[in-house]
Amino acid sequence: MTAKLQLVGIKKKLRGRQVLDGVDIDVGERRSLVIIGGSGQGKSVTLKCALGLMKPDAGQVLVDGADVTKMPEEIRARVMRKFGMLFQGGALFDSLSVWENIAFRLINADKVGRGEARERAIEAMRKVRLAPEFADVRPIELSGGMQKRAGLARAIIAKPDILFFDEPTTGLDPITADAINDLIVEMVKDLGCAAVSITHDMPSARKIADEIAMLHDGKIVWRGPTADLDHSGNAMVEQFVAGRADGPIQAVV
Amino acid sequence: MINPFAPIGRGFLGMLAEIGRFSAFVGRAVAAAVSPPIFFGQFLRQCMQIGYFSLPVVGVTAVFIGAALALNIYVGGARFNAEQFVPNIVVLGITRELGPVLAGLMLAGRVSAGIAAEIGTMRVTEQIDAMTTLSTDPFKYLIAPRVLAATLTLPILVVVADIIGVMGGYLVSTSSLGFSGAAYLRNTFNFMEPQDVGLGLVKAAVFGFIIASVGAYQGYRSNGGALGVGRATTNAVVVAIVLILAVNYLITAFFVE
Repeated sequence: MTAKLQLVGIKKKLRGRQVLDGVDIDVGERRSLVIIGGSGQGKSVTLKCALGLMKPDAGQVLVDGADVTKMPEEIRARVMRKFGMLFQGGALFDSLSVWENIAFRLINADKVGRGEARERAIEAMRKVRLAPEFADVRPIELSGGMQKRAGLARAIIAKPDILFFDEPTTGLDPITADAINDLIVEMVKDLGCAAVSITHDMPSARKIADEIAMLHDGKIVWRGPTADLDHSGNAMVEQFVAGRADGPIQAVV
Repeated sequence: MINPFAPIGRGFLGMLAEIGRFSAFVGRAVAAAVSPPIFFGQFLRQCMQIGYFSLPVVGVTAVFIGAALALNIYVGGARFNAEQFVPNIVVLGITRELGPVLAGLMLAGRVSAGIAAEIGTMRVTEQIDAMTTLSTDPFKYLIAPRVLAATLTLPILVVVADIIGVMGGYLVSTSSLGFSGAAYLRNTFNFMEPQDVGLGLVKAAVFGFIIASVGAYQGYRSNGGALGVGRATTNAVVVAIVLILAVNYLITAFFVE
């Protein structure tokens, strides 16, 4: 079966440092892959390369088998419509109301009328359990957890084939984080899409992942089913999962 | 041995690279402005933001400059017994030079800084990346409407500045310098030629383009959180002001010659 998304030999150098040094990952339909790894190991750069926000120096990004890095801009833009993304800080537009944020793509890219777009935005808000009375407020008036919910509603409104999550639980209290994890699992299941998440929150990774890959020094050093995480046989994974300062990974302080 | 010319060479190469990046950015912004989809609602919003809401600051500046100009010309003219030329020189100075340049400088502070801060904040909070993932080109949605709006509204602001500036001169001249109101206005209109206003409007359109594109460029390229946004805002104002003054000279020299 063709993977929905496949990264092959992705390399990226930033400010003279080799951030990604041949990253290979793939995720199939209805599967959820979580990439774990320490700060500065290239998780966000991997996600940006996959999303087309950053051009890799080498390697391929295959979406349904087609390499998007070699596509003309217009065709690439069409392929990118298959993506939905929940950003770490929400990345909601300050100048727009919550419903306009959620319906942004419908209004501006898909040219859906504002009335219908609002209805669909409110429906998406209900799905992520964000009360419709927040539809007309500005994002700044929402709590961190509500901003994540609004960001999730924005990511799922156009029914993407591949969902990306960048540190979905960062900055949230444990209960809200767990609620967001539940929502992510539910949304991925409902949409039947592929999901790629990056996080260093291990409870979150365990909850939302079918498979976990560990990125270290710009390379995937381990990959396996979530159930194997605690007996991976990889010293780096064991150190990371246990959260120990001593081990093969040097803590950056 | 340290080569003393190395830093100069590095700086020069850096400047050339920056000019190249800015030119590519402007080319992309212009292409976005003239090809569909056009975000007309955004364009109208920016016309209000850049044009309409700048009216008070441009108007207040113009009235004081017109008044001060009249006083100075009166004092200077008195040395040659040429005080009667106050209306003529006020209208010439305002329409050809001070109207567009001062409106441009005021908007470099108000608009260029505002655009850099807004787009810079959107950049560092990943809102621009989010827009891209939502299948919307930030050049079309954010940058093209601002560049178009500034280019088209600054000439209108300058017409208003011209009128208010001339009225500033009129008020001072009739209240303090002993000019008759009717004679002042007659001299103004008889002396003023369409190309005086035309030159000011050409300058205004070019300044508007510079103000928005410099602000957008600095904001779009900003990084490093609040510090980066602050630096982008400062750079936007400084670069826009320097470019306005330099381009003002070039346009004036071109039309005079």
